[in-house]
Amino acid sequence: MAYYDEEDLDRFQEISRERPELFTAFMHWYDAVLQEGALTKREKALIGLAVAHAIPCPYCIDSYTQTCLDAGSNMEQMTEAIHVAAAIRGGATLIHGLQARRVVEKLSL
Amino acid sequence: MNAHPDNAFENRIAELGFSGLYSDRATTLQVNMGKVCNQACKHCHVDAGPNRTESMNRETIDQVIHALHAFHFETLDITGGAPELNPYFRLLATEAVQMGMHVMVRHNFTVQFTPGCEDLPQFFSSLGMEVIASLPYFLQQQTDAQRGRGVFAQSLQAMRRLNEAGYGQEDTNLLLNLVYNPAGAFFPPAQEALEQEFKRELLQRYQLKFNHLYTLTNMPISRFLHWLQQSGNEARYLKKLKQSFNPAALPGLMCRSTLNVGWDGKLYDCDFNQMLELPAGGETMRLEHLTEEMLQGRRIATGEHCFGCTAGCGSSCGGAIIQTGGVA
Ligand code: SF4
Ligand code: SF4
Repeated sequence: MAYYDEEDLDRFQEISRERPELFTAFMHWYDAVLQEGALTKREKALIGLAVAHAIPCPYCIDSYTQTCLDAGSNMEQMTEAIHVAAAIRGGATLIHGLQARRVVEKLSL
Repeated sequence: MNAHPDNAFENRIAELGFSGLYSDRATTLQVNMGKVCNQACKHCHVDAGPNRTESMNRETIDQVIHALHAFHFETLDITGGAPELNPYFRLLATEAVQMGMHVMVRHNFTVQFTPGCEDLPQFFSSLGMEVIASLPYFLQQQTDAQRGRGVFAQSLQAMRRLNEAGYGQEDTNLLLNLVYNPAGAFFPPAQEALEQEFKRELLQRYQLKFNHLYTLTNMPISRFLHWLQQSGNEARYLKKLKQSFNPAALPGLMCRSTLNVGWDGKLYDCDFNQMLELPAGGETMRLEHLTEEMLQGRRIATGEHCFGCTAGCGSSCGGAIIQTGGVA
């Protein structure tokens, strides 16, 4: 069995079979978050794409790549967004080096 | 129960209480002068190209001129192929302008580099024609991927010639409108936002100007359908079109105010139906048999492809039908 199947995106609704009120609440919130506001739909789609890569979730990558295309973003812009996600992940990994350093300093003579 | 087992579009509008799609008074005659084209774009719904030979003849041109006058059309919308390659293109445009009609031409920019077409900007401007030109994107890669290698650079040169002839400038009435369609199996973005971006980028990068940008959805017919099938995108794209059905697009559908004539004089509700050989009024009828009844309240022949006109903000020859709000 494949762990990820693109048809799964269409089956998302099945999550609502149990505790449907939680799913409905999630969907309302999700839809509201992605509406045009102080940020455009296009900016939000690029943020979604960056987060999808940071998570990294194949469903979200598929879905937000399409959303970015529909919103008029090109591959260059999407690549920049992915680099932002990667850079922040990289920075976050690096700064945790301080945790290691503190442990080393504590344990060392 | 589905009243139209083979037509999901009719079923969808029946759910909204419509017993079909009907035309208003047709004020625009759209004339497809033939399938001959200097380009062979991957998304072309006409399946046009340099090897095609279908082209409107003089007799049919005369029938078009007669119909424009007899049925009081307000606008002549000339399309193709590359209509400028038809030997009677200039005659038709000139006659229509002399009748006081608004004349627009769907122009592919690069045709200006075909021998005998170098003076097209001057010809268009001498008649005050509206030019609607295809430019899928302001970057080379996307444009050439869709329309062929080298098309982007030539398009910029051709656009510059049109600007120099007065097109797209603030102080002239010479309209140069651009057409954007996605370079693949996805939807166009919000028209207003993309227009601003095109204006900014074309001005900053190349010092080029235009008036409006029309965003069109790629229709799942002909060459683009073939590509969808070959690339494994067909089912997903068709589903997306259906899921994005927007009833607010129905009143502005171009088939409601336009009648379309093929290169051979046959009548259709729109250029897409022409390619699918779905005749206006349900049976093949030619321009010389056009009647007043055909022009108003005509039942429009529809099919699944009509979901391409009603998805998201809608899509017509004049771009997005709904001007605010993006694609869901
Ligand atoms: S899309 Fe236009 S320019 Fe391209 S092949 Fe078709 S008619 Fe020609
Ligand atoms: S394809 Fe579009 S324009 Fe043509 S009949 Fe269908 S809805 Fe009307």
